Amino acid sequence: MKRKTIIDVVLAIGVVGLGFAFWMMWRPEIATVSQPLKADRETLDRGRRVVEAGDCAVCHTRPGGAYMAGGLPLVTPFGTLFTTNITPDPESGIGKWSLDAFERAMREGIARDGHFLYPAFPYVHYRKMSDADIADAYAYLMSVDPITYTAPQNHMVFPMNFRPLVSFWNLLFLHGDPLEPLPNQSAQWNRGRYLVEGAGHCSSCHSPLNLIGGEKSSERFNGGVVDGWTAPALRGMSEAQHPWNEAQLVAYLTGEVAEGHGAAAGPMLPVSLSIAQLPTEDAHAIAQYILDLKKTSSDAPSPPCTSGVKPSARALMGASLFDGACASCHGGAAPMRVIESRPALANTSAVMEDSPRNLIQTILQGIPMSSAASSHYMPAFAPSLDDTHVAALAEYLRNQSCANRPWTDLDKTIKSIRAQEQQP
Amino acid sequence: MITLDINGKTHELDIADDMPLLYALRNQVGLNGAKYGCGLGQCGACTVLVNDKPVFSCLTPCGALAGKSVRTVESLGSADQPGALQKAFIEEQAAQCGYCIAGMIVRAQALLEANPHPDDETIRRHMAPNLCRCGTHVRILAAIKSVIAQGGKV
Amino acid sequence: MKTSTQKVDLSRRAFMINGALVMGFALLPAIPRAFADTEVDTLGTEILAPDLPGSLRATPHLDAWIRIDAKDGITVYTGKVELGTGVKTALLQIAAERLEVPPALIRFLTADTALTPNEGYTAGSHTIVDSGTALFNAAAQVRQLLLESAARQWHLNVDSLTTRDAVIYDAQGRSMTYAQAVAGVQLHRFASANSPFKPASRFTLIGQSLPRLDIPAKVSGGAAYVQDMRLPDMLHARVIRPPRRGSQLLEIDEAALGKLPGEVKLIRNGSYLAVVATDEWLAVKAMREGYATARWTAGNPLPDSTHIHQLLTELPARRYPVSTKGDLPQPTPHAYKARVTKQYLMHGSIGPSCAVAWFKDGTLTVWTHSQGVYPLRAGIAEMVGLPVAQVRCIHAEGSGCYGHNGADDAAADAALIAMAIPGKPIRVQWMREQENLWEPYSSAMLAEVEAGLDDSGRLRDWTYELWSTPHNERIVNAGRLLPAWLLANPFTPAPSVPIAQPEGDGDRNAVPLYEIPNLKVDLNFVLTMPFRTSAMRSLGAHINIFAIESTVDELAARATVDPVQFRLNHLSDPRARAVVERVAAEFRWPQKATGPGSGVGFAFARYKNIMGYCAIAVQLHVQRQTGQVTIDRVVAAVDVGQIVSPDGLLNQIQGGIVQSASWTLYERILYDASGMHSFDWSGYPIMRFPDLPQQVEVHLIDQPDQPFLGAAEIVQGPMAAALGNAINDATGKRLLDLPLARRGWQEALES
Repeated sequence: MKRKTIIDVVLAIGVVGLGFAFWMMWRPEIATVSQPLKADRETLDRGRRVVEAGDCAVCHTRPGGAYMAGGLPLVTPFGTLFTTNITPDPESGIGKWSLDAFERAMREGIARDGHFLYPAFPYVHYRKMSDADIADAYAYLMSVDPITYTAPQNHMVFPMNFRPLVSFWNLLFLHGDPLEPLPNQSAQWNRGRYLVEGAGHCSSCHSPLNLIGGEKSSERFNGGVVDGWTAPALRGMSEAQHPWNEAQLVAYLTGEVAEGHGAAAGPMLPVSLSIAQLPTEDAHAIAQYILDLKKTSSDAPSPPCTSGVKPSARALMGASLFDGACASCHGGAAPMRVIESRPALANTSAVMEDSPRNLIQTILQGIPMSSAASSHYMPAFAPSLDDTHVAALAEYLRNQSCANRPWTDLDKTIKSIRAQEQQP
Repeated sequence: MITLDINGKTHELDIADDMPLLYALRNQVGLNGAKYGCGLGQCGACTVLVNDKPVFSCLTPCGALAGKSVRTVESLGSADQPGALQKAFIEEQAAQCGYCIAGMIVRAQALLEANPHPDDETIRRHMAPNLCRCGTHVRILAAIKSVIAQGGKV
Repeated sequence: MKTSTQKVDLSRRAFMINGALVMGFALLPAIPRAFADTEVDTLGTEILAPDLPGSLRATPHLDAWIRIDAKDGITVYTGKVELGTGVKTALLQIAAERLEVPPALIRFLTADTALTPNEGYTAGSHTIVDSGTALFNAAAQVRQLLLESAARQWHLNVDSLTTRDAVIYDAQGRSMTYAQAVAGVQLHRFASANSPFKPASRFTLIGQSLPRLDIPAKVSGGAAYVQDMRLPDMLHARVIRPPRRGSQLLEIDEAALGKLPGEVKLIRNGSYLAVVATDEWLAVKAMREGYATARWTAGNPLPDSTHIHQLLTELPARRYPVSTKGDLPQPTPHAYKARVTKQYLMHGSIGPSCAVAWFKDGTLTVWTHSQGVYPLRAGIAEMVGLPVAQVRCIHAEGSGCYGHNGADDAAADAALIAMAIPGKPIRVQWMREQENLWEPYSSAMLAEVEAGLDDSGRLRDWTYELWSTPHNERIVNAGRLLPAWLLANPFTPAPSVPIAQPEGDGDRNAVPLYEIPNLKVDLNFVLTMPFRTSAMRSLGAHINIFAIESTVDELAARATVDPVQFRLNHLSDPRARAVVERVAAEFRWPQKATGPGSGVGFAFARYKNIMGYCAIAVQLHVQRQTGQVTIDRVVAAVDVGQIVSPDGLLNQIQGGIVQSASWTLYERILYDASGMHSFDWSGYPIMRFPDLPQQVEVHLIDQPDQPFLGAAEIVQGPMAAALGNAINDATGKRLLDLPLARRGWQEALES
C-alpha cells in the first residue's frame, strides 16, 4: 500500500477514535432550574420511602454532619472520595437540578453539569428503579433542609482522578433497564427483587469485585469485603448449616437481634436502621427474595461445624479473657441473654462464618450507642486488647461452635485489620 | 502472679488473669478513683489510661496488661497539689455528686495529651463514652476548656 | 413571740423586743401544720415545739445541733445528708455565719442515728428550709448564749462584746474561747422562737460561693463514697435477685459455688439469695454462677406498655380532690382539651446502690447513702428483729440518687447478710442491672386537661384530672424494703398514702399558680403498682408543669397574645413576674434563630406553689427528616429566697436543666410481656455530651433576708415545658406524650 494511504487510514482511525473517545467521555450540561417544585404530602412520603430503601443518607450524611449534606469519606482501592451535598442548597447542593438532571445522575451516573460520577455511587443499580420512584425521590430530596456545605476534595489515584475515564467503566458495567415484575413470582417476591436489585443495591457490597471495581457478574451475591468487614454471601442462606428463616432475617434487617444469629454491626448497622424505617412488608419482601437466592457454586459445601475438640492453650487464655471482658454481657446468665434471649456468641453468624473478619471487627470497633433509642451497644476493645488477646478470644469462641474447622488465618487477619485502621 | 504497672509503680498481685483491672485497682491496690458504674463499658466511671489510651477498666482483664502502663486519676495530682485538669475542675466546681468525675478527668487527660487544642465538637465527641446523670456536663466542658485556654498543657 | 400560723406575706417580718430587732425566720406560710404530710416527715417524728422554726420544731434542744467543748471544738450536727447537691457545704456556711466563726473551725456531721437530729428525709427541696432554718436560728442563739455567759463572768453588758475565730473579746482585750464560755451555759435547753437579727448586708458567708468541701477528694481519688469504705476483714457480697416480682425460688445449685477458686458462702432465706466472699471479683463470679443455676417460678406478668395509660385508669384507685375554686367549670365546645402522658422513668444513679453493715457486740451498724437514716433504721430493726436502739444507720455519700432509689434496699441487703455473718463487716454492691430492674421508678402518668378563656381572652375555666401510682413509698415499715419481700417470712408494705397538698404527690404542682376563677383539680391515686414507684426529683411536678404550660401556650395562641405576656397577665405575685420578665429580657424573647426548624419556647412555675420560682426560655432547632433536636440556648431565672451559696445554686439549676432535658426528650423504661428491657444504659439511654445544649445561662435573683425556699427540684417541670413549647414553635406540632424525641418521633410531623 502506498504510504500516503496508510497515513490517511491511520489518521482516519485516529480521528474516528478521538471522536469516539470524545463522544464517550463528554456529556452535556442540563440547564438549571431556579426553584424545584413543591410536592404534596403523599409524594414526599413515597419519596422518603424510596430514599430510605436506597440508603442515601448512609453515605450522604457524615458523622456529626447535617442530613444529606455529604462529606463522608469513602475509601476505595482507587483513592478516597467524599460524598456530595444532595440537599437542595442552590450553590453547594443540588437545589438547581431539574428532575431530568437528577434522573440522568441516577440512571447514567452523570452530574447536572455533565461530569461523570464515580461508581461508588451505585447508579448501576438505581437505574433499575421506576420513573415514578425516581421522581418521588427527587421531590423528597428537594424538600430536605438546604445546607451550605462543600465536601473536601477527592484524593483519587492516577489515572482515576480523570473522571471521563469512568465512561469506559460504564461501557462495561452500565446496562439494564428498570425492572419489570416476573409473572411467575408473587407480588412480595417481585417487590423484594425490585428493592434488592434496585434501590437496595445489595450486590454492590455482597459480591466480589473485579480489578476495576465492578461486580463479578457470575458471582453476584457470593459475598464481598466492605470497610474491612465481610459482607457475607447471600446465596443459600436458608439451607446453610445454621439456616436463616424469614422472621430471623427480617429481625436482622430491621436492626433487631435475630434469634440464633445476632444483630447487624459495622457497615450493615446503618443499612438495617434505614430498612427499619420502611413498612414491614418491604422488609419481608427483601428477606423473601434473598432467602430465595440459590447457591450457584458447585463447590462441595464445607463440612458441618462440630464442637468437642479440646481447646488450645490460646483458646484457654481466650476463655479467661472472656470471663473478664465479655461475660458481663455475653455470659450465660447475663440479663442480655436471659431477658432478651440473645444467642450465645458461639451461635452467631460472626463466629460461624468461614472468615473471622467480622468477629474481629466487632470486638475491635464495638457497636455504637444512641441517645434517642435503645441499641444493642457494644464497647470497642481496640484500645484495651492486643492482637494476641483478640486472637485468643476468637479462637475460644470458634472452638465452642466449630472446633473441627478452626480459623487458620486469625493473626494475619487481625494484623491487616489493625493496619487498615491506622491509615488516615 | 500478675505484675501490673500502676501510676509508675510495679505491683505483684496474687490474682486471677480474668480479674478486671477495676477490681484490682480498688481492692488489691486500694485506689478509689476508678469506680464501678455499670461493669458493661457503657458509663465510663471506671475510665483509666492504659498506654495513654482511655479504656474501661471494668472490662480490661488483668491478664491483658502485661508490659503496659496503667495510669489512674491519682497519678495526675492530689487534693493539695492538683494537676491542671483537677485544678480546673475544682475551680469550676465541676461536680455535683462527683461519682463520674474521676472518669471524666482521665478521659479528658487522654484527649489533651494527644491534642492540646481540640475544638468544641471534638471535645464533646471524645467525652461521649462518659455518662453524667447529675447534668454537670456544662461545668465539665468549662473546666476542660479553661485548661485549653491556658495552653492545654496537662 | 409566736411565729405565725395565720396567713403571712413573704416580706420580712420584724419584731421589736427590748430595743433589739429580732426576726422570726418563719416557716413557709402555707404549711404551718402540714409537716407530717410532707415526704420529708417520717415515722416517729414528734413535733415537740410547734412554734419553733425549721426542724427545731421536732428537735428543739440546742445541743442536739451544736456542741462545744475543749477537746473537739465546735461540732455542728444536721439530720440532712449530702446527696451531691452541695447542701453540706451550704449548711456549714449557715452555721458558721451565725456562730460567726470560720467554716474551718467547725466539725460538721451529717445524719447518723446515734449522733444527729432526726430530720426525716433529705428530700423535697426541704434541706435548707428545714435544716438551714434550724441551724440559722440555733447557731445564732448559741452564740448569743455564749456572749451572755462571758458577759456575766466579766460583769459587762453583752452589747460591748465581739467575737472572732471562736473567741469572745471585750473592749479591753480580755478574751475567752467559745469552749471556755460554754461552761457557763446550759445548751441542753429548747431553742427560742426568736433569734438575734443579722441583716443580710452583714453576711460574710451566706450569699458567698464557698468552695465545696467534698470536691477536692472527688477529683483526686480520695475516699468520698460508701463505695470507698474499707473496714478490716470486710467481706464482699452480691445479691441474686429473682427474674421478676413475685418469682419464688425453686432451687439453686450450691455445689456449683464450691467449684469456684475460693470460699464462697451462700445466704439463703426463702427466695432471698446472696453470695459472700473475701474477694470482690470472686463474689461477682459467684453471683454469675448463682444467676445461672437458680430456678424460679414465673412471677407476676408485666403490663403491656402500649396501653399503660389506659391501664392506669382501670386499676383500683382513690380519688382525691386536690383543689376546687369558683364555679364548677362547665364543658364548652370551645374549650381546649389535651391528654398528656409520661412513661415510667428511672433514677438511673450513676453508681448502683451500695451499703456496708456490721453486726458486732449486739449492735448492727449500717453505712448507707439512704436519704433517711432514721426511718431506714426502724425498718431494718423490724426486719432483722432487733430493738431500734441496737441499730445504727450512718449516712455515707453515694452517687446522686434524685429521690428514692435502691439505697435503702441495698442497706437492707447488707443488714440481712451482716446478721447472717456476725462479727464481719459486709459490703454489698448492687450491679447496674439490679439497680435498673429493682429501683423504685417514677410513675407513668396520665393527665387530662380542659381549659377555656372568657370573652376578654383571660383564663376562665380549668379542669385537670390525673392518674398516677404513688410517689412516696419510703420506709415506713420493714415491708417497704425490697429484700424483706423475698424472705421466707416476708414483710408486707404499709398501705400507700399520698403526700398531701400543698406539697403534693403525683399532684405536685397540679394547681396552676395563674389566676383562674373556676378550677377543679383531681388526683386518681392508683393503688396497684404495675411497677414499684416512689419519689423522683420533683415528683408529679415534671408532667404537671409540662401539661399546664403547654395548655397555657395553646390558650395564649387562641387569645392571640404573646405567650410571655399571657403569663404575666395572669400572675400577680411580684416575684413570679420578676423571674418571667428577667428571662424574657435576657433571652430577648421571642428572638429565634433563622434557619429551618428553629423554634423558641417559654415556661414558668413556682415549685409546689410555695417554694422556688423558675422561668425558662429555650431556643432549639429540629431536623425534620431525622428528628434530631439540637438545643441551642437555654436561659433561666430563679428566685429561691435568701441564696446561701450562689454557685451551689447555679450548679443545681444547670444540672437540673440538663437532666430534665434528658428525661423529657429521650427517657422511658422499655418493657413488654417478655421482660424489662431497660436493664442497662443501652436499653435506657440518657443524654450524652454530643446532645448537650450549646449554651446554658442562669440568672439568680437573690432575696436577702427572705426565707430560704427550696431549689433542688424547681427546674424539672419548667425545662420540660419550655422544650415542648419550643418544639411546637419549631414544627407546628403540639406533642403531649413524653418522651418527645425518641427515634422515629419525626414521623408525627408528617401527618
